[in-house]
Amino acid sequence: MTYSSKFSLALYRKMVLIRQFEERVKYLFLEGVMPGTIHQSQGQEAVPVGVCAALKEGDVITGTHRPHGQAIARGLTVESMMHELFGKADGCCRGKGGSMHMGDLERGMLPAIAIVGGGVPIATGIALAFRLRKEPRVAVCFTGDGGVNEGAFHEGVNMGAIWSLPVVYVIENNLYAASTPVSQAVKLKKLSDRAGGYGIPGVTIDGNDVLAVYETAHEAVTRARDGGGPTLIDAVTYRITGHSRRDPCNYQPEEERKEALQREPIRRFAERLLAEGLATQAQLDEIHLAVDAEIEDAVESAKAAPDPKPEDALDDVFA
Amino acid sequence: MAQMTIAEALREALREEMIRDERVFCIGEDIGIRGGWGGAFTVTLGLEKVARERVIDTPISENGLFGVALGAAIMGLRPVADVQYGDFLFNAMDQVANHIAKIRYMSGGKIKVPLVMRAPVGATGRGAQHAQNLEATFLTIPGIKIVCPATAYDAKGLLKAAIRDDSPVLMFEHKLLYGSKGARSESGAVDASSDIPDEDYVVSIGKGIVRREGADVTIVGTLLMMHLALQAADRLAQEGISAEVIDPRSLVPFDWELLEESVRKTSRLVVVAEGPKTGGIGSEIAATVSERMMDYLTAPIQRVASPDIPVPFSPVMENFYRPDVDRICGAARKTIGD
Ligand SMILES: Cc1ncc(C[n+]2csc(CCOP(=O)(O)OP(=O)(O)O)c2C)c(N)n1
Ligand SMILES: [Mg+2]
Repeated sequence: MTYSSKFSLALYRKMVLIRQFEERVKYLFLEGVMPGTIHQSQGQEAVPVGVCAALKEGDVITGTHRPHGQAIARGLTVESMMHELFGKADGCCRGKGGSMHMGDLERGMLPAIAIVGGGVPIATGIALAFRLRKEPRVAVCFTGDGGVNEGAFHEGVNMGAIWSLPVVYVIENNLYAASTPVSQAVKLKKLSDRAGGYGIPGVTIDGNDVLAVYETAHEAVTRARDGGGPTLIDAVTYRITGHSRRDPCNYQPEEERKEALQREPIRRFAERLLAEGLATQAQLDEIHLAVDAEIEDAVESAKAAPDPKPEDALDDVFA
Repeated sequence: MAQMTIAEALREALREEMIRDERVFCIGEDIGIRGGWGGAFTVTLGLEKVARERVIDTPISENGLFGVALGAAIMGLRPVADVQYGDFLFNAMDQVANHIAKIRYMSGGKIKVPLVMRAPVGATGRGAQHAQNLEATFLTIPGIKIVCPATAYDAKGLLKAAIRDDSPVLMFEHKLLYGSKGARSESGAVDASSDIPDEDYVVSIGKGIVRREGADVTIVGTLLMMHLALQAADRLAQEGISAEVIDPRSLVPFDWELLEESVRKTSRLVVVAEGPKTGGIGSEIAATVSERMMDYLTAPIQRVASPDIPVPFSPVMENFYRPDVDRICGAARKTIGD
């Protein structure tokens, strides 16, 4: 497949936006100005960007405890996210969610679910609603490689399968669940082999190749929308930052990390765009500058935004 | 004698018990991974040096791992199973509530379940799913003992007692009290370290302790709230109010004798607990004390707790959620009547 320069640059911009957002947030966090804890997705950008590029308005994703990339890819503004990270009243969850619950249903993302595996049945249920309401919409469930070992994953995927629901299950397989290597938690070599147990298609792909992710997701989403039921996509990637906060990643072998940096999705895609003449270096540089400015604006406005009132905590419990 | 944090004291307790008794093993997520952190709060760091095969890393499968621990316990081993955050006990709830708590009873007392469960609790800027204080939830499930250490001394002694107990024991640990260091340290942490004796000791499950003697009002609380109660007592003293601080240390069984003795003396009671007020620990303690000792009380019992809401993320709202020294002092003053 060949893609237009416009489409390719849009994918590139999203990936850079995620990377720079995460880097800026990491810095703010280490500075101590940002509360809470964070799980970041540097190195994994191609998965949510490729998947969400295959979605239409009205489709809904569920995210994980590592949701920043998923949220940006789905189309949340970095401003609404930055405000949320600072716990501000006008953040995307009004300061009630924070990093681990980033999301905005109006923009097609449920507030992220920080209970590993918890999102799988929920995404299945969202797809059930689409089916019952006869709406041509698709649900996409992001999970980590660790998430596939929760009972909720099994129960949720199985129901999606038996009812042929319009849902796609995407494993952001970064080879580790916190510090635990996937090889120590699953006996299969390929997580997509799990799909056979549910009777649905499954595929393992290079999750650092944004176009490969896009193509696979596009096929799966189209099948789901057309009534063909769920697909399990195992997108293999790598987390080139800590699991959370100041994790030094001593459990990642040095060699493996070095090699992973070679396969890092953004530079790889840049090289491809340049080689195929789909972009000039000047265009890429311009994207980086524009992205940095967008993030800086978000930081400034987040710092200046009003805090919630303490009593606001009492609102929103019931409808 | 050595000064230790709660995380260190728990680690020492596990190490000593694993050496003392080959039936003891740890099971949980990310607890013994090479290059990892020794669990979410470093408690199991390095324990694999005692016995590699007795520090068992599981997939992210809480219901499974608690069930596996139960099976092993029924066969006479002494597992210490943990969740990274107390909230994930809900993932394990079938095994914990339907099986661990009941199998001895259902067997007519023929089966023993020498199983320890460990769960970090407390609101710490992580939002609604990594924050809950679940002590009260488990009060409603007969068959599980519950301990809540506020100091490193108690953490070590209670964990050893729990491991040696033939019934399931659930230990709640507060994230702001661990004293975790380096990359795992917590902002807003309170120092709960103690001098730990060199020799073996246990803290009996079900025995509370008077943390500070006083005459006018009894303040009772566990975990972080015990420390805030002590700070409140300091402040109240400056106003001429003498507060007694009771740390029950165990919630099941509960040291009613100690609390009753204190209330008989002070005639006033404030119960402090992090977590929703409705159906909270405060409710149970207040109900029992009024049932047994109405005649001794000279003021209505005050509960200081969180509002009935999920834990909000934003620090401004989280601070509103978490009971604080001001509110404890206010409640104490109210019992005295000014
Ligand atoms: C039910 C549950 N158990 C444990 C955790 C603690 N935890 C948070 S992230 C994580 C690892 C998740 O691994 P994976 O699914 O591979 O996602 P990744 O972190 O790699 O993105 C764990 C164990 C949790 N949030 N929820
Ligand atoms: Mg992972």
